[in-house]
Order: sequence, then C-alpha cells, then structure tokens
Amino acid sequence: MNLLTIRDLNLSIHGAPILRDVSLNVAPGEIVAVTGESGSGKTLTALSVTRLLPRGTDLSGTVQLGETDIVGASDAELCGVRGSDVGMVFQEPMTALNPVRTIGDQVAETVLVHSNASRAEAMEEARRILERVGLPSDRFPLSLYPHELSGGQRQRVVIAIAIILRPKLLIADEPTTALDVTIQAQILDLLRELVREFGMGLMIITHDLAVVANLADRIYVMRSGEVVEHGETDHLLANHKHPYTRILFEASRHQVHLPPRPAPSPLLEVRGVARRYKLPKTRLFAPAAEVEAVRDVSFTLERGERLGLVGESGCGKSTLTRAILGLEEVQGGEIMLGGEPVFTDHNPNLAVRRRMQVVFQDPFGSFNPRHRVDRLITEPYYLLDDPPKGAGRAEAIAESLTAVGLSPDDGRRYIHEFSGGQRQRIAIARALIIKPELILFDEAVSALDVSVRAQILELLADLCRTYALSYLFISHDLSVVRSVTDRTLVMEAGRIVESGPTAEVFDNPQHPYTKRLIASVPRIPDLQIMREVSPNA
Amino acid sequence: MLRYALQRFLSLILSLAVSSLVIFLVIEVAPGDPASYMLGINAQPETVAALRAELGLDVPKIERYFAWVGGMLTGDFGLSYTYRTPVAEMIADRLWVSLPLAIYALALSTLIAFPAGVYAASRRGRTGDIAVIGATQLGVAVPNFWFAMMLVLVFAINLRWFSAGGFPGWDAGFFGAMKALTLPAISLALPQAAILTRVMRSSLLDILGEDFLRTARAKGLTERQALWSHALRNALIPVLTIIGLQFSFLLAGGIIIEQVFFLPGLGRLVFQSITQRDLIVVESVVMLLVFSVILVNFLVDLAYAAVDPRLRSR
Repeated sequence: MNLLTIRDLNLSIHGAPILRDVSLNVAPGEIVAVTGESGSGKTLTALSVTRLLPRGTDLSGTVQLGETDIVGASDAELCGVRGSDVGMVFQEPMTALNPVRTIGDQVAETVLVHSNASRAEAMEEARRILERVGLPSDRFPLSLYPHELSGGQRQRVVIAIAIILRPKLLIADEPTTALDVTIQAQILDLLRELVREFGMGLMIITHDLAVVANLADRIYVMRSGEVVEHGETDHLLANHKHPYTRILFEASRHQVHLPPRPAPSPLLEVRGVARRYKLPKTRLFAPAAEVEAVRDVSFTLERGERLGLVGESGCGKSTLTRAILGLEEVQGGEIMLGGEPVFTDHNPNLAVRRRMQVVFQDPFGSFNPRHRVDRLITEPYYLLDDPPKGAGRAEAIAESLTAVGLSPDDGRRYIHEFSGGQRQRIAIARALIIKPELILFDEAVSALDVSVRAQILELLADLCRTYALSYLFISHDLSVVRSVTDRTLVMEAGRIVESGPTAEVFDNPQHPYTKRLIASVPRIPDLQIMREVSPNA
Repeated sequence: MLRYALQRFLSLILSLAVSSLVIFLVIEVAPGDPASYMLGINAQPETVAALRAELGLDVPKIERYFAWVGGMLTGDFGLSYTYRTPVAEMIADRLWVSLPLAIYALALSTLIAFPAGVYAASRRGRTGDIAVIGATQLGVAVPNFWFAMMLVLVFAINLRWFSAGGFPGWDAGFFGAMKALTLPAISLALPQAAILTRVMRSSLLDILGEDFLRTARAKGLTERQALWSHALRNALIPVLTIIGLQFSFLLAGGIIIEQVFFLPGLGRLVFQSITQRDLIVVESVVMLLVFSVILVNFLVDLAYAAVDPRLRSR
C-alpha cells in the first residue's frame, strides 16, 4: 500500500502546460528523491501534494494521499491534511519563518490548528519536538525569535513545525540548498533519522545528485514537466538509460582539463591583510565593538595561476574579494597587483584597478536591465583613459562575445532575453573585454544548474588556453574548486587555515576544518564500482 | 527594549534642541523688522527704537534665544507683537480645536483604511480589490476642500444634520463640539484614508508573497487565518510610518479646511501671524509643530519596536 500515489498528473498555469502525466509513489518509511534542473517541474509536483499552488493553476489526474483524494478535496479538507498528514520543509530557512513571532509560538501553532490542545500543552509539545530536532530549550528557549538563530538552526525549526504532528509524509523541497556543506550534512542526517524513527515517507526535492545518491531509496528524474526515468537508487546510478539522466550525472561529476601553467612570477600579493568592521554602537559613549572579518591573510597568486578560495558562509571570502578589488580599504597589511598597491592614500588605485575584473554570482542581478549587451560588456571601459571607439569598440565586443561562445549579434539584445548560463557568459565577456591580468570569480557558477555549470567550467578551461588567464575562484562548492584550480586556499573565520596544490588539499587535508569540510561534501558513488557490485549490471 | 527606548528618547531631545536653534535663526535672519512693520513706513526712528526695546528685540540674539527656549520650557511663550496677549494662551485656544480635529481625522482615516486595505489585499485582482483601488484613486486625486464643500452642501445645507461651519467651543458640551468637528474631520480623513488604504494593501501584498506565509499555509492555516495571524503584524511597519506623517500634517495642514468651516485652528493662527509679522507667534507655533512631529516620530519608533522584535534587540 502506497502512502502517496500520483498518477497521470497534469498541471497547467493560466493554460500553459507545466506538468505532463507525472506518476510517482511513496511508500511509508521510504525516501524518494525527485531531481532535475530548474524549471523541470519538481517543486510544482511537490506542491501539488498539498495543492499549495500558485493562482491560476489547473490540476488533473490522481493525487491520493492515504485516504484523501487531493485533487478533488475541498479547501477545508486540504487544511485538515496540511500540517497533520503532510509536513513541508522549504528551501530558504532565512525567510520561511515569521520574523515577528517566537519560534515556540510558530512550532506550537501547528498543534493548535489541528487539535483542541491548550496553548500550554502545545508549547510543551513544541519544546519536546524542538529538543528532538537538536534545539534543546535550555540553550534555545522557545521565546527566541528567528533572527536570533543561524540558517541551519532555522531549518531545524522549520523541520520541527513540519513533523510535530508526526505526519505520514514529509516533503522537503531543496532543504539544504541554502546551507553550508557541514550544516547540510547535519540536516540530511536529521531527516534520515526522523524518517526511521517516525516511519514517515520522505519526498525530497533536490537538484543535487550527490545528495540524492546518498539519501534516497528511489529516484525520479524530471525534465520539462515529465518524469524521464525512475528506479532504485543503486540501480539508477549504475544503469540509467535515459540520455538526460546520463547528462545530469556526467555534468555533476564534470572535471575539466586545465592547460599547464607558466613558470611562476607573482601577480597578486596579499600580505598580512586585516579587515575590521565597526559594529553598531550598543552604548552611546562606549567605543563601538569591532568584528574582524579577515585576519592576517597572506598569499601570492602567480601569473597564469588558477587559485581557489573555499570556506563556508561568513568566513570572510567575500570581504577579502572586495578588498582585493579595491572596493574597500583594509585596516592592515597590503594588497599588490604586479607590484603596485590597489589602494594608495585611502583611494583605490585606478591604474591597478583596470587590470582586474570580477564575475559575480547572480546572473540576474548583476546587469542593468535597461542597457543592451554591447553597452553592458563595455562597462569596464570606464576604467580606461582612452577606451576604443567606433570600429575598435565593435571589434572588441565581437571578440569577447565570440570568446564566450555567443555571437557578435547578441550585443544588440537586452539581458532579459538570455538564460542564466548565457548571462554568466556575458558577465565573463564583460570581464574579458579589457584583457585583465586577473579575474575574480565570486561564486560565479553557484546559481547555475549542473549541466549549465559544466559548460561554463569548460568555457573557463578554454579561455585559460586562449588567454593564459590568472584567476581567483571563490566558492563554497568544493567540487567545482577542485575541478578548475591549481592551488586552493581554505578559509575559516577570517583566516587561511590551509593552502596547497588543489589535489593535495582535497586528497590529503591536514587542518581539521578542511577535513570536516571535505568529509561533509556528499558524493556520487563511482559508477565503475557501482557497476561491478550491482547485480543488475 | 529599554535601551532602544532610551536611545530614541535621547535622539528626541537632541532633535528638539537642534530644531529650536534652526527655527530661531531662520526667523531672525528673515528680512523685515517687526517693530518698523507694526509702526508703518512713516514712523520716527526713535519710536521704532522704543518699540524694539519694549519687544525685547534690542538684546543680543544669543540671549534672546535662551530667553525664548527657557520661556517655552516654563510655559511662557512671550507676548504676541500684534495683540499684546500671551502667545501661550493664543496657541492653547487654537490647539483645543486643532488637536481634537487631527486625532478625530486620523482615527477616521485609520478606521476606514485598515479594513479597506485588508479587504483589497485578500481579494487581490478581483472585483472588490478593483473597486477599492478605484475609490482610493479618487480619494487621492480629489482635493479635500472640494470634499468639504460637497459635505457642507449635502449634510449641512440639504439635510441640515450638521452646521455649515463654526465651532461652539468645548463649553457647549463634548458632543456639540465633536459634532461641529465631524464634517471637517471627514474631509480631512478621506484623502488620508485613501493613501493609507493603498499603503496597507501593498504592504500586505508584499508580505503575502513571503515564504513564511507558505509555511503557515503548509501548517494547515486557512488563507484568512494566515493573513490575520502572520501577515498583518508584519505589514504594519510602513503603515505606522505613514500614520505618523499624516498626524503631523493633520495638526497644521488643515488650514484650508479650517477656512472652509470657519474653525479657529492652528493653521489659521499661523497664517494670520505670518501676514502680520508676528514673529514670536510664528516661532512658537512652528516650534510646537516641530515638537509634535518629533514626538510622533518617537511614538512611531516605539511602535515599530513593539511590532518587530528585530528592532528591540538593537
């Protein structure tokens, strides 16, 4: 007997078909993963189970949850099912909780909505369940507000809200995507334990195949609103048939081959850099407290070197990036590019500044939507005293667009006409146009789907061959850094705790933090080994 | 919370000190000597000098500033140059009209705007929402004195429910006075209510799109429950800001409405004093208005903290 049966589910929004004939089931105590790239319809499939769908949605087919026919249920019936029979955990823990109500209040609310329990009883129940998800009330009183908790702790509260009534089914939509790897590992462990303990079914939506491979009993692979392949995890990993599944798997373990780098000569020298921020004053006359975001960081990036910088959120990666770019002044130490300081007399040094470019994470937020691409990618020309004009400018635009795999004609288009991956190519074209000596990639592929990410990484390797690029690649994603860098720096709480050739750091980490970081990264089991052990192979 | 309140209070005191200085300087450096203005262009220089001495205009500016501030702190605002009566009394008389009128109008606009805004937001894009939006469009576009004249036409002249203007004073009894203030309050409140409704609606709609509303719905709350218990309080911050701004406006900004209804309010007093170069009255009223704005801002700040725990912990 299945806990959840979805059969021939079709969904359209304002008449546009989104899901086509999706069939899927979850048994009690089973962990089922739904995976696919953005826009594949995996989230809408999950939302269909509780019918928490956007306005204008038309649903047909069967969604049977236990005894309840979800598609035909009334609003009142659905409210009875939500929270009580199905719990939901969402992607973004920072915004999933009401900022003006206490965590105890929000957890207890699920109980109050579905039972006649008194407020005191509900609060007691909330205390117990918060303790179970790892927030004991002696350290995390029920009276805390969400802003007083970290992202991982907030996700624990969201999980507590979802499971307090022991639902038969838990739906987790990208529950760890917004979290650091070490926290991700803890949350996934917690989910696994809870499923075992409560005998719940778990439907987990994720784009991360490595998460899927280590957690799920069965996997459904979705693409453009359809399930293209499904099966037992081990079997699917070893014997996937559908070409799309293969593309996904290959893209997520994608390794690029970098050309060998030239003989070392220092390009970027960072020596004893410290960056301190003043915190808001808590007392009128007391000096403001300071936080040291970057402490005594020193490293050298050689010409032609591809250097990686990894660390979890808040470790100071972005602060260091801004300091290198000369966007902010440092409070100690010095940063030199080709022997010249990026900051002189409290002012950014333009002569140095024009020799560096940066590519940011968000391909949607980092362009002015009102300008055409040709104008956008020539923005770095503001740094030049005598930027090319007329034919020279057109030539430069054509060259850098071609270099990133776009056509020169794309220069006349607006940014909204491009996909996320194409936008990131345009961001790279913008960085390349003044032939910088150093490019900083700040989480430049983190927002992209695996297959697009693989293409962008391949493009980087290509560009390394053509332009002999030197870059600093900043990322929380260790597998990407492993693939595109020669040497890696590991940063924790504002300090560089380990550095060395990338392969060495990853295969033989020395510092405990690096070890923990690397151990937390979920991995897709090696297909070769899988094939050998799998009886179905 | 206490520290936050103290901080806000300290900033209130500082703002008052700075603004009193600015008001004093601006008015003092403005051209036009009250004494020569009062005596006319043909006055003898000796007479003007004598009057200046009598008005206290001959002492150094810095002394006059401290005398003015010190006086205000003890409730002595000085004598009006024109009427030779205590400014404090003149202002108090007017305040007894303007303050109740402002509170009355603000209460009305809030009472209209809250339900209308919540209703529109909860029926986004449907007929009810469109009707509310249309009404607010009208409310914002039509000037309040036109509303005032229409109200007089309908309720005073045709229906004879209210008098067309004037104020009987509070001696005539609470209800009599409130009745006289009703039409002015409505005409002041309607445009404000229209603005407030729009702010309420858009602020609620922003919040309704937030992730935590989805969390609330996933718990099993109905749309209405989620709106009341999760969205409303979060939507209040921008609404409180607007309410604070509106109060300050209503206190003295009702000058046209005061004219339409022949009300002896603060707006009229300022207007008269300016035309008569009665600087001391202008100074005092402006200071009073500044004080009310700063005080209301202080109260709004406290209300923010009551609504949003994130501000309390600062």
